[in-house]
Amino acid sequence: MAAIDQSKIRNFCIVAHIDHGKSTLADRIIEKTGLLTSREMQAQVLDNMELERERGITIKAQTVRIVYNAKDGNEYIFNLIDTPGHVDFNYEVSRSLAACDGAILVVDAAQGIEAQTLANVYLALDHDLDVFPVINKIDLPSADPERVRNEIEDVIGIEAHDAPLISAKNGIGIEEVLEAVVEKIPAPGGSPDNPLQALIFDSVYDSYKGVIVFCRIMEGKVAKGTAIRMMATGAVAEVVEVGYFGAGQFIPCQELSAGMVGYLTASIKNVKDTAVGDTVTDLNNPCAEPLPGYKKVNSMVYCGMYPADGAKYPDLRDALEKLKLNDASLHYEPETSVALGFGFRCGFLGLLHLEIIQERLEREYNLDLVTTAPGVIYRVHKTDGEMTELTNPSNLPDPSQIDYMEEPVVSAEIMVTTEFIGPIMQLCQERRGRYISTEYIEASRALLRYDLPLNEIIYDFFDALKSRSRGYASFDYELKGYEESKLVKLDILINHDEVDALSFIVHADSAYERGRKMCEKLKEEIPRHLFEIPIQAAVGGKIIARETVKAMRKDVLAKCYGGDITRKKKLLEKQKEGKKRMRQVGNVEIPQSAFMSVLKLDND
Amino acid sequence: MRDLSIYIHIPFCVRKCLYCDFLSFAVLGAENDGRTGPAAGNPEKTMESYVNLLEREVRAAADRYKDYQVISIFWGGGTPSLLPGETVGGLMELIRKYYRVLPDAEITIETNPGTLTADKLRAYRKAGINRLSIGLQSAKDEELARIGRIHDYRTFQETYRLARDFGFHNINIDLMAALPGQSVDSYGETLRRTAELGPEHISAYSLILEEGTPLYERQAQYRFPTEEEDREMYLLTDSCLSAYGYRRYEISNYARPGYECRHNKVYWERGDYVGFGAGAASMVDNVRWSNPAEPEEYEAYTADRREPETAGILTGAEQMEEFMFLGLRMMCGVSRQRFEELYGQRIEEVYGAVLYRLYRQELLVCEADRIRLTVRGIDVSNYVMAQFLFDR
Repeated sequence: MAAIDQSKIRNFCIVAHIDHGKSTLADRIIEKTGLLTSREMQAQVLDNMELERERGITIKAQTVRIVYNAKDGNEYIFNLIDTPGHVDFNYEVSRSLAACDGAILVVDAAQGIEAQTLANVYLALDHDLDVFPVINKIDLPSADPERVRNEIEDVIGIEAHDAPLISAKNGIGIEEVLEAVVEKIPAPGGSPDNPLQALIFDSVYDSYKGVIVFCRIMEGKVAKGTAIRMMATGAVAEVVEVGYFGAGQFIPCQELSAGMVGYLTASIKNVKDTAVGDTVTDLNNPCAEPLPGYKKVNSMVYCGMYPADGAKYPDLRDALEKLKLNDASLHYEPETSVALGFGFRCGFLGLLHLEIIQERLEREYNLDLVTTAPGVIYRVHKTDGEMTELTNPSNLPDPSQIDYMEEPVVSAEIMVTTEFIGPIMQLCQERRGRYISTEYIEASRALLRYDLPLNEIIYDFFDALKSRSRGYASFDYELKGYEESKLVKLDILINHDEVDALSFIVHADSAYERGRKMCEKLKEEIPRHLFEIPIQAAVGGKIIARETVKAMRKDVLAKCYGGDITRKKKLLEKQKEGKKRMRQVGNVEIPQSAFMSVLKLDND
Repeated sequence: MRDLSIYIHIPFCVRKCLYCDFLSFAVLGAENDGRTGPAAGNPEKTMESYVNLLEREVRAAADRYKDYQVISIFWGGGTPSLLPGETVGGLMELIRKYYRVLPDAEITIETNPGTLTADKLRAYRKAGINRLSIGLQSAKDEELARIGRIHDYRTFQETYRLARDFGFHNINIDLMAALPGQSVDSYGETLRRTAELGPEHISAYSLILEEGTPLYERQAQYRFPTEEEDREMYLLTDSCLSAYGYRRYEISNYARPGYECRHNKVYWERGDYVGFGAGAASMVDNVRWSNPAEPEEYEAYTADRREPETAGILTGAEQMEEFMFLGLRMMCGVSRQRFEELYGQRIEEVYGAVLYRLYRQELLVCEADRIRLTVRGIDVSNYVMAQFLFDR
């Protein structure tokens, strides 16, 4: 293609609540634009990581450039930027949105607006994007497009009378969506003659090319040989290649200029240097100011990760190093636990991020892991005036040195049908939530606002929410800040030995309850030994709960299998195999699953 | 000339007991849980054709064991006493024809009260069977009913008396502890009644609920003995039977002096034995194998005169493991000297750390040449034995 007419470019994304059909619509758009034949289409082209497809969510922002021949006879370039759909990745979402000029809002014709819909659409409006709605899944028997149309207008306040009624799954109404993109989403601004100013919205590490930087050119242009500088990290490099995104592949081109979305490579070795949200400029002809909105991404959740087999420690280290190349938001540092040996304290954006990393380590790197209970970062203000950030409960200073502690608090929005307001409020209350407001979206639905301590929602809040609302509640949150809180460290003693990997920080008021449950859980987890094992929970050296694993009195396989020795041996082997997955603490063998049992305290 | 033991499997029962997961088919048409087995329909015919296969297998294998002398034969099941007496006699004759059965060989047949008749006992005597094993399990009729046994205590008494009348001087009685609805007292009564009859040998096993058995499925209906009661029963077995002059020689087996079961000791001492019949297990020259369990496959196996499929010769390490976990089942334990003769290494070189730990935990004790379980070690013998498996 010759020079690209800036007025024929449309940069946009799709925002939706999870499961409302974002990825399916993206697939149909790519299909309809004729860049791929139906045969080439995998079920969901944009979600190309195996894990993503299985979980049905998009982990990393991805993007694709397609060509559309519109009804006005012109050829348009669409850059469809896919955004992650989970609150853990809110910052990444915001940077992807900043790379767009408009957004398609997908709303499920049956379910209507959900908490995430609102959060995402407000985020898009905050970035001055032109948003137009489409109503999806109109083929469902329970679809009620008129109600949803009104809801969009009333609740969000955007025009919805001409919202295309579509079924992405069945390919209905896709043309209409494509035409609406041309009409309703503005062409990008900026001038190729200004100094280079490009927004990094993602990056991936490639072992041949180094870091591949995904960027939106706001001003100026960039080509092979351009000396560039990342304005926040200060990294300097020379561009080796620029290009755009084919479906599932990188297609090099001559240059990228204002309004375009594409990638550049510059033999950069680490994604650390290409932070999402940073501005790329021309080293020799820099722009006056970086683009607004850059934030250093901080981990919200920490946990200890240990190889189940101590000898695999170097393998775990190598695997984390490799993952880190591609994931600047993953943090880790070596730590040692008396109970678990050598491992790493790892920081994540949220629990989903943690689970994804854990699964990738186990699946792609074939590692068997023991993970300690995830926790948030506490601020410990010491009596000497110093403040430390606590990521590992074992490092909590002596209580006599602590002046006070703070914990992170989030502002949460929960969308719920009115019949479940009671149970959900009760749940928030149990989780030490502070009620802010209730807003009725329509007669039967309300938006609850609560401030909640982050550590009360990281494990299972979402599950509890779903179960108490029979699946009807949806939830979104953002970090609000730190607040002083009465926190204590709960220690677990097994056979009178403190097990460091089982300690956790808890609010003083729930220490007794948690300690009791923890002891009960551990009693189930720890097999009988030849001697009695006390399991105790303690706060500041004071025992607050106790359970006992009774001594094994009898363990005789009295049954006769005649000459069938193999059967007997299999039983003994099972017993022996069970021991292998144990961790020796003092003279007690603790199954590895026990270290994660704190996660399951509320599941009963 | 080397020693060999022979096991013969008869996979038929009148009906299957509710706890049983052994290979056996009910011949009464329907099993307790309503399943019909392959033996349903015409039981005589089914058993006859099975015995034909057995004969075929016994004959075909003879050549392989021409350098062996048979020191014991064990008819197990199932219920071997379901077979007509002359069928048992015929097969015994065939075995004697093709194998060198020593005149003093121990020849046992498992029997179920209610299936034994005077004719059968006469036939057994004639066939040279010199040991009877009678499955009593409990002296309490309600306990017998709960586990689906076909007999009551009275029937057992008659069978026992009849067996004595026919001159059987070596009788074993099988008992079970930890039955549904059983109390420590009722178990004690079973023990006393049994011991007072004065059999030469008593086996006392704990009931193990095996998945897939009807009893496993309906366990919620019953009160099973608590763990404490189970342990009490188990301790009671030893104290009660010792008082009657029985000596425990293996974890679950008791005998009057001189009446230990030779056949079972072959298993624990890793002697050579060959099993005939569907699903039967064998070990000869450190090679273990099992016959196909499914009737059709077993038929094909005997028809082709195939060599048995084996997993290969046991490695030195596997032999040592077996030597330990089988040998330790016996109260006399294992011989250190024997270990060294067999494997060319001192037992301490191989198992030093494990032994040391178990001595310290007072689960094992070493006296001169023998290493054996302590009283506490017997209680937790599974734990002890698992220690002797190597990491792989």
